[in-house]
Amino acid sequence: MKKNKQKPDRELVDRSFLARIEPYLYLLPFFLGIAVFTLYPVVNVVLMSFKEDYSYLTREFSQWGLANYDKVLSDPKFAQAVGNTLKYVLLVVPISTLISVIVANLLNQKLRFSALFQTAYFLPMVTSVTAVGLAWKLMYNKNFGIINYILSFFGIDKIPWLENAAWSIPSLVIFGVWNILPFTIILLLSGLQNIDPQYYTAARVDGSGSLRIFLRITVPLLAPTIFLVCIVNTISCFKVFSELYPLFNGKPGPFYNLYTVVYYIRFAMMENRKYGVAAAAAIVLFGFIFVFTMIQRVVQSWMSARKR
Amino acid sequence: MKRRISRFCMYFFLTLGAVIMLFPFFWMFSSAFKTTQEINKFPPQWLPGHLSLDNFRRAFAMAPFAKYFFNSVFVMVCSVGLTTFTTILAAFAFSRLRFPGRKLIFSLLLSLMMIPFEMLIITNYSTIVDLGLWDTLIALILPFTSSIFYTYILKGFFDSVSDSLYWSARIDGSSNWRYLWKVMVPMARPSLTTIILLNALASWNSFMWPMYVISSDKNRTLPWGLQVFTTEAGSYPELLMAASTVVVLPVIILFLFARKYIVRGVARGGLKG
Repeated sequence: MKKNKQKPDRELVDRSFLARIEPYLYLLPFFLGIAVFTLYPVVNVVLMSFKEDYSYLTREFSQWGLANYDKVLSDPKFAQAVGNTLKYVLLVVPISTLISVIVANLLNQKLRFSALFQTAYFLPMVTSVTAVGLAWKLMYNKNFGIINYILSFFGIDKIPWLENAAWSIPSLVIFGVWNILPFTIILLLSGLQNIDPQYYTAARVDGSGSLRIFLRITVPLLAPTIFLVCIVNTISCFKVFSELYPLFNGKPGPFYNLYTVVYYIRFAMMENRKYGVAAAAAIVLFGFIFVFTMIQRVVQSWMSARKR
Repeated sequence: MKRRISRFCMYFFLTLGAVIMLFPFFWMFSSAFKTTQEINKFPPQWLPGHLSLDNFRRAFAMAPFAKYFFNSVFVMVCSVGLTTFTTILAAFAFSRLRFPGRKLIFSLLLSLMMIPFEMLIITNYSTIVDLGLWDTLIALILPFTSSIFYTYILKGFFDSVSDSLYWSARIDGSSNWRYLWKVMVPMARPSLTTIILLNALASWNSFMWPMYVISSDKNRTLPWGLQVFTTEAGSYPELLMAASTVVVLPVIILFLFARKYIVRGVARGGLKG
């Protein structure tokens, strides 16, 4: 961003009333949407989370207090939801990052058919998760599914991917990794393209091998980007919902065993009509996201400070 | 020789990975043309015996997919059009016009970007009900008419345009409004294309919000209609795959032509600031 803007010439600045309100007229349509559908809801969800016994019909509540938070934090279902969400995050984020570092590094080489490869690796990013999830569901099918068929070549018995509670997590994680890979690869690829090619030239002159260059130059120089990617993906994985929905017909897991935080909010709101509880759970979700966003901000400012 | 082998390994792994990434799409399209017997075979049949649009016809007869498709297009066009308009005006105001608190307001807006939509749903749902818009297409458009993120991207571009251009236009007697639409907007075409594409994709694939506010068949959009269809057509996966193809195929075709713009936008979106 350019910082050295010259000050506008005083003579040219119009000081009439219309000129003074002009900026606000430009901002008005934008702010209408933001005020009604972002700002107000933020304030309202915080307030609602402290309203005890809130009734969604009458909009009345008994008193202000922490009862909703108490309910959420002592609810074993919420503990389970947080546990599942954390499991999902801790599996999807490292696996997808590891694969993406390798793939991004390969895609960054001088390749033939590079446009073709990019299209293949980036495609899941633009297609509807819920629609493609139905194709995955078909592939995961225990009896007719293509995945079990391919595994049978390796002597592996039919796996109940979607029918069994223990297998439902790996199924979700594999689909989740596949789904988040394009995004992760793109971010890492743009990180790779920011590395000064001089480093590589110097290493090649020294006669270093590709693996050595990858481990000694690429990975350390890419480390800040890798870290940022992990955080961005952690935030998006905390909100896991649309990946889960198509696999189990809208249920969170075959035996309602895969509640995630967003599922918990949905059930509190739509099934139990406990808006206060849903609001408190949403605030807890935001708490997680806030912490990771702050880490991201700190790292980013550190990175841009180092660049200069 | 060693170099040759490593080149070969590289292409081998890249191709293997690409096949895995594309496989679910292949499987969806292939299954969309299979007959009921073919899809329930084990070992699975890789390709359908013959190509016929029967499954599409049956799926469109079982659920109003034509209506869903129209709804999706309508919602997308309206919300992208409105968002683009509000974004252009707001980005210009933040980038070029002077008013008190400009920088502070903009940085506050940026911090709002971390708020997940999931947190806003509870209130927005009530707002939509209060406005009497529950189960209407307007409910799908209204909350998505302004976007902080797109404004941020476009402001970034506007900031990069030199000051002298603006002042020479002003000296020539051009109003801000004219300058914005005649000079800035045509110059910002690449950024605008990226914004419009990202926005269109988000709208087309939107699932969670329609799930909350749309209940009747005639108002469903494709992704939400498709999920409801799974309960009706659960025993006919070939129909489901035909319907999924209708959701996914337009986006794939778009991506083949506009990959660069979309990828550029995504790279911006992840590493903000």
